[in-house]
Amino acid sequence: MTTSRQIEMTVNGRTRSMAIAAHHTLLEVLRDDLGLTGTKECCLVGECGACTVLVDEVSVDSCLVLAAEADGACVTTVEGLAVGGRLHPLQQAFLDTGAVQCGFCIPGQLIAARALLARSPHPSRAEIEEGLAGNLCRCAGYEQIIEAVLAAAALDETGDRAVADGDAHAPAMGDRASTPNADVAPQ
Amino acid sequence: MRAFAYERPTRLDDAIALLASGEAEARPLAGGTDLIIRLRDGTIRPQTVVDIKGLAELDGDIRDDGEYLRIGARTVMTDIMGDERIWHDYQALAEGAAVVGSAQIRNRATLAGNICNASPAADTAPALLVYGAVVAVAGPAGTRRIPIDDFFVSSGVTTLAAGELVTSIELPRSPIRPGAVHVRRTRRRGHDLASVTLACAVLADGTTRLSYGSLGPRPVLVVDETGVLADPAAPDGAKMRRFEELFVGASPSARSMRASPEYRLAMLQVLGIRAVSTAIARLADGKGRA
Ligand code: FES
Ligand code: FES
Repeated sequence: MTTSRQIEMTVNGRTRSMAIAAHHTLLEVLRDDLGLTGTKECCLVGECGACTVLVDEVSVDSCLVLAAEADGACVTTVEGLAVGGRLHPLQQAFLDTGAVQCGFCIPGQLIAARALLARSPHPSRAEIEEGLAGNLCRCAGYEQIIEAVLAAAALDETGDRAVADGDAHAPAMGDRASTPNADVAPQ
Repeated sequence: MRAFAYERPTRLDDAIALLASGEAEARPLAGGTDLIIRLRDGTIRPQTVVDIKGLAELDGDIRDDGEYLRIGARTVMTDIMGDERIWHDYQALAEGAAVVGSAQIRNRATLAGNICNASPAADTAPALLVYGAVVAVAGPAGTRRIPIDDFFVSSGVTTLAAGELVTSIELPRSPIRPGAVHVRRTRRRGHDLASVTLACAVLADGTTRLSYGSLGPRPVLVVDETGVLADPAAPDGAKMRRFEELFVGASPSARSMRASPEYRLAMLQVLGIRAVSTAIARLADGKGRA
């Protein structure tokens, strides 16, 4: 049985060509083969989001992706967020709001938040709750995490405060992602 | 995880040949959000995992050919909830897709995988049943089209034969859009499996199509042609009595951790009333806009 495969993927901007076991997940390859242990292993069933990474800019649970599937893909992990020794605005916002407690869930939260802001630069609170619903925090720092994402969304790309302070709190009008929350499933 | 071989064929025939040897030998991989969990916990132990995302014949496109809105087998939930046509014409399906798992799961999980996995709690199944979807499949004996109501058998079991793959899911284009909605009951907000999942479509001719899941081995479709459910003036009591008749087949498992059978049956009625009234309002809103 052929269980070993040669793959090539770009991880945090660096191209890696490597032999992997066909039954290994992307999470295992990132952590064990590449030593990128920022991405966490926890539930292994797609419920906690600790293993969240971007594959071609799409957020996925890396415990539920085979490494073989990532052949040819661009993968971003938490190690790829800071550029030139400067923290990503989301990372800085998480520190500033005290969102990091034990820290275990934070790499996944950061990556999920980055995917959310890429899709919706000024999310409403409800959108953030929905966008991060797949990321559990055992320390239950949810309020601070939401605050951090709101704060990061208030920064423009250069890292400066947006002119209009209330901006980040305005619901993204006409944004598709906010629609289902409104009238799906009375709970 | 136990070792297996990974194949990524590019031709449909090659995938079918690999899968035709049966489930002990080979399993198809699309989004992997169910498959990889079961590979890891050992409930399935195939020799080969066949990744179908490289197949030229299988796409992730949503196309309108006038007769059907055709959803390619690789279409993920995120794409379904992001499609304007689906929100406009098949709102219950968009709503069902929007509550599957988390954003990360919806970025990977396919609609086709959701029905092939055949969980009784699948959130997209009730909507597909009320819209009368058709499942297009290809296999060793050629292609065929299966009405969605003939597709589900029981938990994890469908009428797909060995080697058969879903190639697309097709929604009939109807000249008059029904008023439709998907509702569900979960233990917690956010990421959870449904204790009751239900879709409802009220048609302009007074017919109501209701489908519920998580109350038996497979999602069930029931149709009310008396007009009682679709009647905005009919009292809730009359609708409840109609539900009693329509929902006789509901048989929730007593073994589930999520909710007791009594609770599920009670919630089925509650969600049924809410769904019918939302669907009636949406039908009224949508008049003339179809
Ligand atoms: S470890 Fe992947 S979702 Fe929990
Ligand atoms: S900070 Fe401890 S789990 Fe989230």
